[in-house]
Amino acid sequence: MNDTLENTEKKTAYILTLPAVLLVFSIILFPIFANIWISFKEVELKDIRIPEPRAKKIVKSISNEPTKIKILYKLRNSSLIQEIRDVTFQDNFPKNFEIENLDPRCTYKKQNLKCEFRNWPAKYKENFQVIFATNDGSKIDKKKLKTIKPKLDGKSDNILLNTNFTLKNFKKVLFENEFVDLLLTTFYYTFFGTVGSIVFGILTAQMVNQKFYGRTFMRSVLLFPYVAPVVALAYTWELLLDPNSGTLNSLLLNYQIIETPINLLGQKYIEINILGFDFKLRLALTTVIMFEIWRYFPLAFLFILARLQAIPKELYEAADVDGASPFQKFFNITLPQITAVISILFMIRFIWNFNKFEDVFLLTGGASGTRTLPINVYQQGFAISDIGMGSAVSIVIVVLLLMFMFFYFKLLGKRVDEN
Amino acid sequence: MRTKNTILFSLISTFFLIFLISIWKILATLQGLSINSFNIEIIFIFGFLISLAHLVIGDRIKSIYKSIIFSSIFVFCDGYLIQKLPIWYNVGVFLILYFFTNKISKYTFIGLKEEHSTQVILFDFLTLFGILFFSFVILFPFYMMLVTSFKTQIALLVNPLDFSINFGQDIKDLFKSYFVIFKSYKFGKYIVISTIVSVGTVIITLLFAIPAAYAVARLNFFGKTFLSTSILIIYMFPAIVLVIPLYTIFSQLGLRNSIEGLLIVYTATTLPVAIYMLQGYFKSIPKELEEAAILDKLSWFGIITKIIIPLSIPAISSVALYVFMIAWNEFLFSLMFLDNPNSFTLSRAIQYLSGDAETPRQYLMAGSVVVTLPVLFIFVYFEKYLVSGLTAGSVKG
Repeated sequence: MNDTLENTEKKTAYILTLPAVLLVFSIILFPIFANIWISFKEVELKDIRIPEPRAKKIVKSISNEPTKIKILYKLRNSSLIQEIRDVTFQDNFPKNFEIENLDPRCTYKKQNLKCEFRNWPAKYKENFQVIFATNDGSKIDKKKLKTIKPKLDGKSDNILLNTNFTLKNFKKVLFENEFVDLLLTTFYYTFFGTVGSIVFGILTAQMVNQKFYGRTFMRSVLLFPYVAPVVALAYTWELLLDPNSGTLNSLLLNYQIIETPINLLGQKYIEINILGFDFKLRLALTTVIMFEIWRYFPLAFLFILARLQAIPKELYEAADVDGASPFQKFFNITLPQITAVISILFMIRFIWNFNKFEDVFLLTGGASGTRTLPINVYQQGFAISDIGMGSAVSIVIVVLLLMFMFFYFKLLGKRVDEN
Repeated sequence: MRTKNTILFSLISTFFLIFLISIWKILATLQGLSINSFNIEIIFIFGFLISLAHLVIGDRIKSIYKSIIFSSIFVFCDGYLIQKLPIWYNVGVFLILYFFTNKISKYTFIGLKEEHSTQVILFDFLTLFGILFFSFVILFPFYMMLVTSFKTQIALLVNPLDFSINFGQDIKDLFKSYFVIFKSYKFGKYIVISTIVSVGTVIITLLFAIPAAYAVARLNFFGKTFLSTSILIIYMFPAIVLVIPLYTIFSQLGLRNSIEGLLIVYTATTLPVAIYMLQGYFKSIPKELEEAAILDKLSWFGIITKIIIPLSIPAISSVALYVFMIAWNEFLFSLMFLDNPNSFTLSRAIQYLSGDAETPRQYLMAGSVVVTLPVLFIFVYFEKYLVSGLTAGSVKG
């Protein structure tokens, strides 16, 4: 009795989870494996369209002979690079139709014209013509003829399914000079974006944790950048920072803080002189990081605020009795209480920032030194239309992520052991 | 000690005042006033004197009179120095000064003698500063988005700092950008598509997620722990990695440029979050209810529809709102899969609009307002549900 109950429970569980699992696996896990497959192939964007045999049917009446009709099929191979094998052709005609000129490749039986065209090379084109006559002398309805569509069929190699593999993509990705620069840019973007958003998260959480008028309103306002659509925010920032008539540059010019406009999103480096030392700051990258911090600190804020509100009040009361200063309270009570949240946040934000595509794409499109790995996936795959290269870059991203997760959990595991 | 604390207090409060006035000046400049300098030196001297005078006078005058007197003196001098500014600007300055003198009214000479008093003051002012600073930094872009959409190209070229809105003009002229994007750029259609995609994603996600979450929360089966951990790991996985294979597969299946294709991808990417959030809530429902239902011979379908769903309406609605927001805001997949203007979502349409360098910026901003408003409205209106959901570890971004 108990056994059957357990069995039905299992069965129900599988039935309940199966649709979700199937969908997620086919759309998320399968593509990851497909990526590995594609990354070892030389595939371009134009190769992925499956070649099709096509026919355009043109019906022409023959002058002075109303009982006869000429039908012209413009046949072609849709692909410019691949051949199609064993092309077959079929078309149907009304009952009273008799064929006049039968092509040797075709047969006409039971109002059905069937042809075998063998192999069509790439770019193949042919004008195929048949003439019909009605056997009962009635007139021909051209419109009706046009509505019947011919059927074509053929075999072709799907470039994605053959087994020609190459290491070329990985060689290109890893050994081209740009790779180090790409990695560094991605790392700066990810690291400073993550740290910045956490620092601002701590500041704002500490702030909202105090009592003041309009606190709940403040809490929702702080989350605005996080919930609003990227597209809208990125374009607004772009307009604010525009060098020609952007608000920020106009303001700075108006107050005579700068003399010439700064192209914050379009300039790769800016020279800065601090205490006699010349620094080269990556300007566009810094701006993009600022945007990222602005957009994602709310997440850190929310997590840290939730943690702060759970810290027992007694800790602070005891500290007050001991005469601790506000800074001492912050560094000795608050910070140790939020380190766990911060380390989780660091991991989540690091992973997500590492994969961030939209923000940089919309702000700079990867120009002026802001090309990160995800941007490179897009550029290789769709701008240069080399699907194989794009996949290889994706694989590099996945491997780097797995490495990061491995070290992160190893370090974290050690720390937990020590405690 | 007392002198040092007094000076520090005056300095900190003065910097706060400078900050307040500067923000006000920036906002006034953006209304088209020609203010060419912050006059920091003068405000610094005034602020310092006001803070000192406040301490010296102490309780001898009622604090409200004190505030009004200080504010009036400041406004008079400021208005005298920077002439030709409209009255609303000076009213604003007066209110700022009134707010400021009110804020400093709780500090006295006696208070300054206490231990850590400078740190307490610093903390107080930093909090105040932070609240205003972050409100400004966050709301400013949204404000600019809204105001730009009401301006015209010519007005912005004449004076790129004049964002004042003329409410006296005809409604048609005021909302011209909105009329244009709906008429010439088919934004009405894109709103419909975006809504269909988002609502569709919500419905399908919930249909798939509720049973799965119930199974993970309640039933024992082989592979349960594997399933629940893989949900979290999949949730961490980057969308950019999926783009190329999905693009090739969708191209070959003819699913590109179709709403169905988007629905499939959006559902798959939001399912892990939805299952994770829902199963957490389902676990908190008392088991006794279901046991009673099993005795009544209810099937699992009955249990889910008659017990679980009615009891978890708040959780389900918060998941629904989230999935809606994710689908509405989604950009990457709509960029990859849609290249026919007849099947664009709102986000993709705005990006397409911006691709044309000729597009006037006010149209772009009007489009941005159209795509942002629903999300912000939902967020503010349902904030209570959503914030608890956010901290439950959700919303990818």
